[in-house]
Amino acid sequence: MGLRNIVDKLKPTFSKGGKLAFLESTFDGFETFLFVPNKTTQHGAHVRDCIDMKRTMIVVVLALLPAMLFGCYNTGLQVGLEGWTALFYGLVRFLPMLAVTYIVGLGIEFTAAQLRGHAINEGFLVSGFIIPLIMPVSTPLWMVALGTAFAVIFGKEVFGGTGMNVFNPAALARAFVFFAYTPQMSGETVWFSDWKMMGATDATTGATALEQLATKGNMQWSDLDAFLGFIPGSFGETSTLAILIGAAILLLTGIASWKTMVSVFVGGASAAYLFSAFGAFDYPAYYHLLVGGFAFGAVFMATDPVTSAQTSTGKYIVGFMTGALAILIRCFNPAYPEGMMLSILFMNALAPLVDYFVVEANIRRRKNRVKTVK
Amino acid sequence: MASKSLKNLTAPLSGNNPVIVQILGICSALAVTVQLKPAVVMGLSVMVVTAFANLVMSMLRKGVPSRIRIIVQLVVIASLVILVDQVLKAFVYDVSKQLSVYVGLIITNCIVMGRVEAFALQNNPWDSFLDGLGNGAGYGLILVIVAFFRELLGSGSLFGYPIFEKLGLYELGYANCGLMLFPPMALIIVGCIIWAHRSFNKDLQEK
Repeated sequence: MGLRNIVDKLKPTFSKGGKLAFLESTFDGFETFLFVPNKTTQHGAHVRDCIDMKRTMIVVVLALLPAMLFGCYNTGLQVGLEGWTALFYGLVRFLPMLAVTYIVGLGIEFTAAQLRGHAINEGFLVSGFIIPLIMPVSTPLWMVALGTAFAVIFGKEVFGGTGMNVFNPAALARAFVFFAYTPQMSGETVWFSDWKMMGATDATTGATALEQLATKGNMQWSDLDAFLGFIPGSFGETSTLAILIGAAILLLTGIASWKTMVSVFVGGASAAYLFSAFGAFDYPAYYHLLVGGFAFGAVFMATDPVTSAQTSTGKYIVGFMTGALAILIRCFNPAYPEGMMLSILFMNALAPLVDYFVVEANIRRRKNRVKTVK
Repeated sequence: MASKSLKNLTAPLSGNNPVIVQILGICSALAVTVQLKPAVVMGLSVMVVTAFANLVMSMLRKGVPSRIRIIVQLVVIASLVILVDQVLKAFVYDVSKQLSVYVGLIITNCIVMGRVEAFALQNNPWDSFLDGLGNGAGYGLILVIVAFFRELLGSGSLFGYPIFEKLGLYELGYANCGLMLFPPMALIIVGCIIWAHRSFNKDLQEK
């Protein structure tokens, strides 16, 4: 293979003693991106599997594609375009944001890995794809860049890089942008694209479905529209159907934990029906699972293998609480119509504690068993 | 001797800084640093209190039985704080309003009692005075650095002067970072200062 030869020829230049040895991590990152590494683990327990982390991440990106493509189409649709023009318009809106996220995020990750002499990690391929998907359509690019930089530096690198982070980087970037630029990130204009080109209607404004539910108690769209995603919102969050296709890919390949995913939905549904029974809101309780970022967060963010719980029982508990807490924030905190981001971050912080108690409980159970035998 | 005395004054500015090395007085550093002006006033107030608390306690150190020293320290520090509070109310009333309870809370600022306990009770009045002055200044220095970033990035101004508006940044689409006005961001800035400080002073890095 031609590419393999080129890589092999370049390798000595970037290895120890070579002219560009200081860029070794960068070279290694690209090499393992292109080819499955031929190294095998020498010591300790390890799982034999043909899929490695880079391949895992690519599957997650594939699972995100339906939501992303539909999100782009919907972006055009919301400003009065139709068909391919709508999709093209949406892509023109989305791709710069994606480019900014990747340039800023990967730039920082590569620099940090290079400075520490670590191998470059591929976790950001997914985080960087999720960040633009959860941003409102009209978010200025420099805000996206700042949010990404904040998330990567303070959410990830200070804890030691990929796999060591306490908080989900994508949720952190969204939280930074939301709290830092609250006036720009909420209200009625940011959910519609403000670029007037290709015949887009100018000055479309309006509240999101969630805001309408929170303030007026109903929404102007049918539940089918909300399920299919023909509502304004962040790029990737609108279509529950597209997200469920992604969820199917993740579950069939076994990459995301079905335990977390199912328990988030169960937790959200139980909280919604509970509050509905107590009269906290008048609209049907299942609306909560269709609108806003609930489905997206449940499928792609709560299941993050690093920041979610590690133990099996812990996954049920953390998942259930993530879902329930999101609905709790939505219903009882008027300042935040969307609670998913906050509940994911909050449960990220609690996940190690939940794991700790699960492990302790297991130890106690087994100790008791020994006692009874005696 | 002179250079040793002087070291009491300069060491707390960087190598033995009360906020970023001794990690004392963090809470007020987060509370009063939204704008530069209150931060400067707060820094000066703490400087006066630490300096004179150290001086007085150092002079009293041989006469105070160690069993009741804490209560004596509290009386001295509290009197100084009340004095500072009254001066602020008389001359810079608006800043005193902004600082509200935090002037009174200088009494509970760990730096003041920490320096009295750790330094003034073992050293002569002149050295103690310099140590108090230095620690107050070191605290004030961090306050001013944190407040500089918070006011500049959070409100776009410095000492109340709308610098970003004059530069025309808002017309270019720039917006103030509201997170800077929240205390968590102040903690992150203090963290960044510690990060930068430790990378320059390798001997402070914990292994």
